[in-house]
Amino acid sequence: MKHIHNFTISNNERQNEEFVVLTLNCEAGELPAMVPGQFAEVRVPNEPAAYLRRPLSIHDVDYQKRQIKLLVQEVGKGTRALSALPVGSIVNLVYPLGKGYSLPESKEVLLIGGGCGVAPLLFLGRYLKSHSIEPRFLIGTRTASSLVSIDAYRELGEVMITTEDGTAGTKGYVIHHPVMRTETPDFKQIYTCGPEPMMRILAKYANKHNISCQVSLENHMACGIGACLCCVTKTQDGHKCVCTEGPVFDSKYLQW
Amino acid sequence: MVDLSVKIGALKLKNPVMTASGTFGYGREYEDFIDINELGGIVVKGTTREARQGNDYPRMAETAMGMLNAVGLQNVGVDSFIKDIYPRLTKYQTNVLVNVSGSTIEDYIETASKINELEAIPGIELNISCPNIKEGGMAFGVSCQSAEAVTLAVRKVYKKQLMVKLSPNVTDIVEIAKAVEGSGADSVSLINTLLGMAIDSHSRRAVLSTITGGLSGPAVKPIALRMVWQVAKGVKIPVIGMGGISSAEDAIEFLLAGASAVQIGTANFVDPAVTIKVIEGIKRYLNLHKMESVGELVGALSVE
Repeated sequence: MKHIHNFTISNNERQNEEFVVLTLNCEAGELPAMVPGQFAEVRVPNEPAAYLRRPLSIHDVDYQKRQIKLLVQEVGKGTRALSALPVGSIVNLVYPLGKGYSLPESKEVLLIGGGCGVAPLLFLGRYLKSHSIEPRFLIGTRTASSLVSIDAYRELGEVMITTEDGTAGTKGYVIHHPVMRTETPDFKQIYTCGPEPMMRILAKYANKHNISCQVSLENHMACGIGACLCCVTKTQDGHKCVCTEGPVFDSKYLQW
Repeated sequence: MVDLSVKIGALKLKNPVMTASGTFGYGREYEDFIDINELGGIVVKGTTREARQGNDYPRMAETAMGMLNAVGLQNVGVDSFIKDIYPRLTKYQTNVLVNVSGSTIEDYIETASKINELEAIPGIELNISCPNIKEGGMAFGVSCQSAEAVTLAVRKVYKKQLMVKLSPNVTDIVEIAKAVEGSGADSVSLINTLLGMAIDSHSRRAVLSTITGGLSGPAVKPIALRMVWQVAKGVKIPVIGMGGISSAEDAIEFLLAGASAVQIGTANFVDPAVTIKVIEGIKRYLNLHKMESVGELVGALSVE
């Protein structure tokens, strides 16, 4: 069941020049059950330039405290307005939307995030851990200063890093990390979210090594609930809405 | 107790608020948020003779107080609609209209004839104004001759309420409205989206895969309101107003301009429960102004 709820911002934690983490408290009471990979359509208050809601991954959930976290990357007027909201602000969410990641067949998993794509992987890591699966993270960014805080990820499992300029971790893209370059990878399931070129390469990699790969797409969308048909991607069955059939897809189902 | 009911020809609506085609799916998409039965009516997704995959992604661009879309009438086609979707539409206790589109007059006739057989569908909205398909669609709605031809042809095979959705991308929308009125339309709905475009200055590319698309949202409201006012003065059949309606005040403005009912479109994307809020707001307005019936508002614009 999808809901429209008001949330109060209880914390606005700046990570670096690009990212903030917003902690939101649900005013309506209990949170509905959510699956990692699902997202919320967030209405941007006080910003006429952002007419449509902004789709943002559920970054983390604390059902007891009735809190969810959103990782906001400042890419335009809407996300800049969101990241600037002070504690106490009310934001309206339509959530939880879409189909999230599903549990793996094998316990050997690698969670690969690029840029803002790390957002759903924290919640996913926590979810996997609760199912006795040890998550390992591979996070790729442009440069050290655009890396989000990895403390929360590290509490859940090993964190590996690549940066394009080599200012942190391995130099290069995620695909250049040593964990990806062995003849026989020590993982049987990839979970990924990030720039589409990165995910396409990972999908090819997964095919080559006969590994399962779940990708989360970030197509532009208006409604988020399957009504406008704007966010489609090409699949084996033709155009499908990313907002309702995804955002998480098995990479083999997509026709990239 | 105020009377919110309105009539569009033989259609009885419990209130003047409908949803616009292409923004409300087949109703089910909104069931978590509102009770569909509380609406005056819904107009389901544009339906064509054959299934259509629609245009390539990207199909959407946000603009100042609105958006452009270039969906291109992606739909399952009339046969699948009848087989897979229609059965669950029959449970709704409200008017369910089907938006009918096509590339040729034969397409329109074929689709309309099939929908004519559906007991639970009291009317169709003839879409002669979609700007997002290469052939047909808007081409029919931009000249009086072709608007007349397609309306006459469909009128012959379609026996229930025939609403014709007009394009604003014309020199004189009143002439087109008169042409479809003279060809047997029971009502007209307006406006469909305005042809527009968006460019990404950094990539130096068009944002939409089709380069141009249809503009909707609050940005188009003043144009829509003007056109509804002009058309309502020019025809005798009921006018259904739409274009950027996001609140009860917006809806009331369209009624004052001469619309007998309204459709809410893009605002559903921003607030999936907006339709119910608009209905409640109209009720409050009537109480506040001590009016008994919403009908008193229709065409009540004071121009002295």
